[in-house]
Amino acid sequence: MDNGVVVEQHTGKPNMKRKKMRDIHHLTPFWNMMSHLAIGLFSLACVYPFLFVVIISFTDEKALARDGYSFFPKQWSLDAYTYIFKTSDQLLRSYGVTLFITVVGTLLSLAIVSLYAYAISRSYFHFRGFFSFIAFFTMLFGGGLVPSYIVVSQVLHLKDTIWALILPMCVSAFSILIMRTFFKTMVPDAIIESGKIDGAGEFRVFFYLVLPISLPGLATIGLFSALGYWNDWFNALLYIDDAKLLPLQSLLIKIETNIQFILQNSAVSGGTERSAIARSLPAETTRMAMVVLATVPIIFAYPFFQRYFVQGLTIGAVKE
Amino acid sequence: MEGLMRWLKMVGRNKALLLMVLPGAVWFLLFCYLPMPGAIIAFKDYKFSTDGFLASIIESDWIGLKNFEYLFKTEDSWIIVRNTLLYNAVFIVLGTTLSVIVAIIISQIANKKMAKIYQTGMFLPHFLSWVIVSYFVFSFLSVDKGVLNQFLTFIGVDPVFWYSEKEYWPYILVFVNLWKGVGYGSVIYLAAIVGIDKSYFEAAMIDGASKWQQIRKITIPMITPIIVIMFILAVGGIFRADFGLFYQVPRDTGALYPVTNVIDTFVYRGLKVTGNIGMSTAAGLYQAVVGFVLVIVTNFIVRKINKEQALF
Repeated sequence: MDNGVVVEQHTGKPNMKRKKMRDIHHLTPFWNMMSHLAIGLFSLACVYPFLFVVIISFTDEKALARDGYSFFPKQWSLDAYTYIFKTSDQLLRSYGVTLFITVVGTLLSLAIVSLYAYAISRSYFHFRGFFSFIAFFTMLFGGGLVPSYIVVSQVLHLKDTIWALILPMCVSAFSILIMRTFFKTMVPDAIIESGKIDGAGEFRVFFYLVLPISLPGLATIGLFSALGYWNDWFNALLYIDDAKLLPLQSLLIKIETNIQFILQNSAVSGGTERSAIARSLPAETTRMAMVVLATVPIIFAYPFFQRYFVQGLTIGAVKE
Repeated sequence: MEGLMRWLKMVGRNKALLLMVLPGAVWFLLFCYLPMPGAIIAFKDYKFSTDGFLASIIESDWIGLKNFEYLFKTEDSWIIVRNTLLYNAVFIVLGTTLSVIVAIIISQIANKKMAKIYQTGMFLPHFLSWVIVSYFVFSFLSVDKGVLNQFLTFIGVDPVFWYSEKEYWPYILVFVNLWKGVGYGSVIYLAAIVGIDKSYFEAAMIDGASKWQQIRKITIPMITPIIVIMFILAVGGIFRADFGLFYQVPRDTGALYPVTNVIDTFVYRGLKVTGNIGMSTAAGLYQAVVGFVLVIVTNFIVRKINKEQALF
């Protein structure tokens, strides 16, 4: 993001001695360094844990058992990754589930949200007030988790289906708000009118005139939605028991809780039985490798899409 | 009759736009409005019926406010409300302060390329799920392999069983929440700073004001309205906790419940773990109603301050 604060070029001689003559456009060298240091360190602290997990995933399992997690492991190894790609059908399957819900969910969400937002952004839509209200009221009040759960599982019968991962989060009033603002400011009624004079219907105008000039807005809400689907584990926690439908994030939770379960019961259950289960669980480096694989797509994608997220955040903050 | 005819005519004239809102409207009906009447379970002794949702609700007996009575009699009800409010209060105050500070410092950095690199780094945590973050946290807090215990052993202090000692968790949760949110939170303030009319700064420079004076006398006063608005809106959501933070990061550890249980985790466990549907619904409804009132009140206050910034 260009934060555009005008900082004029330093034109004065750099070694003017008298304090009064100091170039007031810049911070003093000391404070400039302190700013870089403070923000740089914070920025590093934000990235550091990910780098750490990457390093752990490339650590030799024995070295890990001996030395604990280390930023400079004594022995490196690719075993975790070769193990995953050779043996872990479940991981690939979960990758597939996550990819599927992300793509299908985002497309569905884009379709529903943009149509809805477009309609309520038109001042000549007679029922605009009513449909705006039923969308935005949901931002203020909801029936709560339990009734939603009962509706999804017992009325719509979505439990243990892929739709339980897609439908509950496919529309958000917030995205509608962003898109409505976008359509209102970027697509004046005059354009629509001109399309209509040429004899195009509402849908034709929407698909051929409005959508092409709305790509930045669609990118913003599409990315919000894709990120939401990729990172979602809550719906799976509620609705999915079938391992075939576990998305990536939930697989990571499952592995974690299974290990805890074994650790907690280690005093109770028999030794041999326990170690048999323990062996079937992925080793520590493998688990960290899975975390890396679940994160890498985001890490590589988000710097390119950053400005759309910023845009969404700032549009969302402005009314109308 | 005439009114109905007029209405039908309107429907006819808006046919295309009505078709456009249809999928969304159906979604809102199914996923938002159908559950709302379901909240009456809070006033019933809920019994699951095989004849479906409606039958379950109709066949369950009315018990009035009994679920709420049970809820408020438990020690949990006090703990979850306290935790939700206190954590959120700390998150709002510290989060806002740090976000503003970070935004101001970034705006002062002359090297725009570096500023952008720093920002990209600070954004990262926002894009990760709480599950991933919980693994990150574990790499620091793991009892036998974690970095913190390695360090403690190194300086000769006994290692700490982080996941069973609750006194550390308020600090850990606050730290993790700030780590995840401050970078992204600073965006909105940075946008506000960038939007300040440059001529103020130019005039101040001509008068010989230092950077520090400019920050204190121009930047901060100019972004105060947006700080106030964001602050008040955050207060409107103070009764809603971030489920992922309180459930994933402490790894759902029972020993830590006294300091990690919030309304949202309590409702979830009532539904999925302990199966106390009635009480869980009651807690959820309680949260929804108080949350609703808070948003209305804070929005009213925002409206008084600046009409433009109010949500509605």
